[in-house]
Amino acid sequence: MYTKKVMDHFSNPRNMGEIENPSGVGTVGNAKCGDIMRMYLDIDDDGIIQDVKFKTFGCGAAIATSSIATELVKGKTVQDALKVTNKAVVDALDGLPPVKVHCSLLAEEAIHAALWDYAEKNGIKIEGLEKPKDDIHEEEEDVTESY
Amino acid sequence: MEKKIYLDNAATTKTRPEVVEAMLPYFSDMYGNPSSVYEFAAQNKKAIDEARLIIANALGADNSEVYFTASGTEADNWALIATAEAYEAKGNHIITSKVEHHGILHTCEYLQKRGFEVTYIDVDENGVIKLEQLEKAIRPSTILISIMFANNEIGTIQPIKEIGEIAKKHKVLFHTDAVQAFGQLDINVKDLGIDMLSASAHKLNGPKGIGFLYIRKGIRIRSLIHGGAQERGRRAGTENVPYIVGFGKAVQLAMDTRDERVKKEIELREHLIKRILTEIPYTRLNGHRKNRLPNNTNFSFQFIEGESLLIMLDMKNICASSGSACTSGSLDPSHVLLAIGLPHEIAHGSLRLTLSHENTMDEIDYTVDSIKEVVDKLRKMSPLYEDFVRRR
Repeated sequence: MYTKKVMDHFSNPRNMGEIENPSGVGTVGNAKCGDIMRMYLDIDDDGIIQDVKFKTFGCGAAIATSSIATELVKGKTVQDALKVTNKAVVDALDGLPPVKVHCSLLAEEAIHAALWDYAEKNGIKIEGLEKPKDDIHEEEEDVTESY
Repeated sequence: MEKKIYLDNAATTKTRPEVVEAMLPYFSDMYGNPSSVYEFAAQNKKAIDEARLIIANALGADNSEVYFTASGTEADNWALIATAEAYEAKGNHIITSKVEHHGILHTCEYLQKRGFEVTYIDVDENGVIKLEQLEKAIRPSTILISIMFANNEIGTIQPIKEIGEIAKKHKVLFHTDAVQAFGQLDINVKDLGIDMLSASAHKLNGPKGIGFLYIRKGIRIRSLIHGGAQERGRRAGTENVPYIVGFGKAVQLAMDTRDERVKKEIELREHLIKRILTEIPYTRLNGHRKNRLPNNTNFSFQFIEGESLLIMLDMKNICASSGSACTSGSLDPSHVLLAIGLPHEIAHGSLRLTLSHENTMDEIDYTVDSIKEVVDKLRKMSPLYEDFVRRR
């Protein structure tokens, strides 16, 4: 079901944990739908992401997308981190099963939510960053009926 | 452990070697069509009759009341749709429960689209259906009650005798999906007042692809498949002789070994439940504590999600299943776990372990040790657990 890359990140997640006094932290998803992702960012004065950690409640794909997303943003500027899309997350994992693509959206949202928190704390505006939605699942389509 | 530990016997079971052996001659040696007149084919007809009799005896039924199908789900579909069609003139109301298998629930939804009305009875926190609510739901237009014998996810056994009495009192037909119960529990259709019963071979160490529907004599029910005279004209199509023979053999072995199997399964089950509940905090057992299938356990581990738990157990060679949404491809967790009142996040963290007589105490101990390790690892990753620890 999962690629080797997904299994690797799931069994040995990178950057799992918390950051004390983070520059920004964002939590997305909800327990009702079965995934919650939390991203912690440590951003230096030059706007470079020095450290990133995650915690995730969710399926194998949710844990793997969180892990790879932390790798994709670590060491990047805030602007470059913003360019990490869910597609980039899926590609970096060599693909995800169709029913799990929403997990990659969640990873993108989690980064954005943490960046939003960082921007709010510092009273700055990040070009191209929108206020994160409370629940990304609200806009998801219903499962197709089959009769 | 190097060896695979199979703890998903509610999904399917291993076909017994004796069953395979009994089936084999009917592929390339005795391949005649049972409907043919020559002697070569007659022995196949006899083999089917024998299998049918074994099954009928196991149910306390007459052999003319057992109709072979390709699966338990087919039997469920048949019982509901054909009864609805046959009794449409009497009424259009069906009663079932919220914890049925999808073979029943999705068939009910289909019938609702065709104008039938369906009442879904609630269950209590242990998964037992509310009998008072069931009786009150009966209307003059009620034609059928369909309540499962025992639940496939949480193992809870329903008060079948009482339901049979209610159905009889109100002159309503009673169907039960006994796919999980047949071969494990004592079932006598006459004593229990069952009019129709579905079962499947692969849940009791028989082959996949064969099931049956018991239909009490005298019940009008439409034919499922039209064609030849097979299955008394009610389900046409050349009989699947090897599978029917295998089913008969599996039922015979299941009946002969039931007492010792059940005793061993209960022993393993109780050990498993005791260790999990005492050694892993923030854990609950789902389903009735005592009145459950001998081989069923179902747990919820707070703060973690079931699919990741399953994959990590798979890495340790343990086969299990979960009621988590992520294992079903939808966003909602198991309808059974929601029906017993679990909040979504707890339902997502469920794990079903269903045993067989072939499991050993060592396997159970290894499994518990593995679950402890995996649950701990996943909790350390969980933001829900982080929040919980902070609040504490």
